[in-house]
Amino acid sequence: MKLVLFAISLLPAIVFAADGEHGLTIKNHQFVPDQLIVPAGKKIKLTIANEDNTPEEFESYALNREKVIPGNSKASIYLGPLESGQYEFIGEFHEATARGVIRAE
Amino acid sequence: MLGSALIVFRETLEAALLIGVLAAASRGLSGRNLTLSIGIAIGFTGALVVAGLTGYIAEMAEGTGQELFNAAILGVAVVMLGWHNIWMARHGREMAAQAKSVGLAVQTGRREMSALAALISLAVLREGSETVLFLYGLAMDDRASAMSMFSGGMLGLLGGIAVGWMLYAGLVRIPVRHFFTVTGVLILFLAAGMASQMARFLVQGDVIQTLALPLWDTSSVLPIDSFPGNLLHLFAGYEARPSGIQVLFYTLTFGVILFGMSRTSKQSLQPT
Repeated sequence: MKLVLFAISLLPAIVFAADGEHGLTIKNHQFVPDQLIVPAGKKIKLTIANEDNTPEEFESYALNREKVIPGNSKASIYLGPLESGQYEFIGEFHEATARGVIRAE
Repeated sequence: MLGSALIVFRETLEAALLIGVLAAASRGLSGRNLTLSIGIAIGFTGALVVAGLTGYIAEMAEGTGQELFNAAILGVAVVMLGWHNIWMARHGREMAAQAKSVGLAVQTGRREMSALAALISLAVLREGSETVLFLYGLAMDDRASAMSMFSGGMLGLLGGIAVGWMLYAGLVRIPVRHFFTVTGVLILFLAAGMASQMARFLVQGDVIQTLALPLWDTSSVLPIDSFPGNLLHLFAGYEARPSGIQVLFYTLTFGVILFGMSRTSKQSLQPT
């Protein structure tokens, strides 16, 4: 059951990943995917869809970003241009489960 | 429970520190307590309204409404803090010159006090709306632990208030001679830090360019999530990986307010 839910929750992440635009989904207080590869040296629009009923705060010290995403809604933030490397992020309101990393290459 | 206490504590801290410093800086002004209370009450009501509207705000301006909203609030707060500081540079000196008047109440215009109330309500509104959202999310969670997390949140709120209070209590102990210099410098750094945060939100919402990213990287020496890094961030706007535009906003704000302060304090020394 969990695996099916996981597979379904992957779908929207694939759908709105347009050019220069990258997407993340929050589901069951987890980021899907939890690893996102983006091009280095380019500005990126990251759209985060929160499919939980509860709000989440996207926060990253490495990226110097924070943003509250209300339950059942989408929000966008702009990142970079990033140097190549690893950038960790968390969902501050559910730090134990909501974790992920952006890799710029 | 401790986890949620920590989150709420962190969210409340910034507003609590600002209130602590402003409460200290405005001591001796008549009607101060009433002004502070009104500011907090309006800010709290505003936080509830903003939390309720978060969905709408977030979807404005192609999903960057929250950035514009935060940047606008920070912008207004920076201007008001700067203005407050320049105004206090004159009053503070007068008060320090005749130490007695701190004990007495100084009559002030309604304009200064409403500006102070507005400033405090903005700080409470911005930080408070995120706390309200977080607690609301917990309340909606039907897991058994939700209640304990909610009480944790309340504990965090009390913790934030306690730190703000301690800062206030510490500040008012400073001898009157140096008092307004200390609060003035604190507010100067707070305002510059807010200007840098404002730049960050504008970059995050794609309104302005980063200029250089990062301008420097001290995250291995003094990470911002370490205790000293966080403290320095709260009081002086320290960033481990700032963009060039943040540093520019910071420096300009710092310079302009300092210039205004030194001008007014010179004027007040001249006999009238």
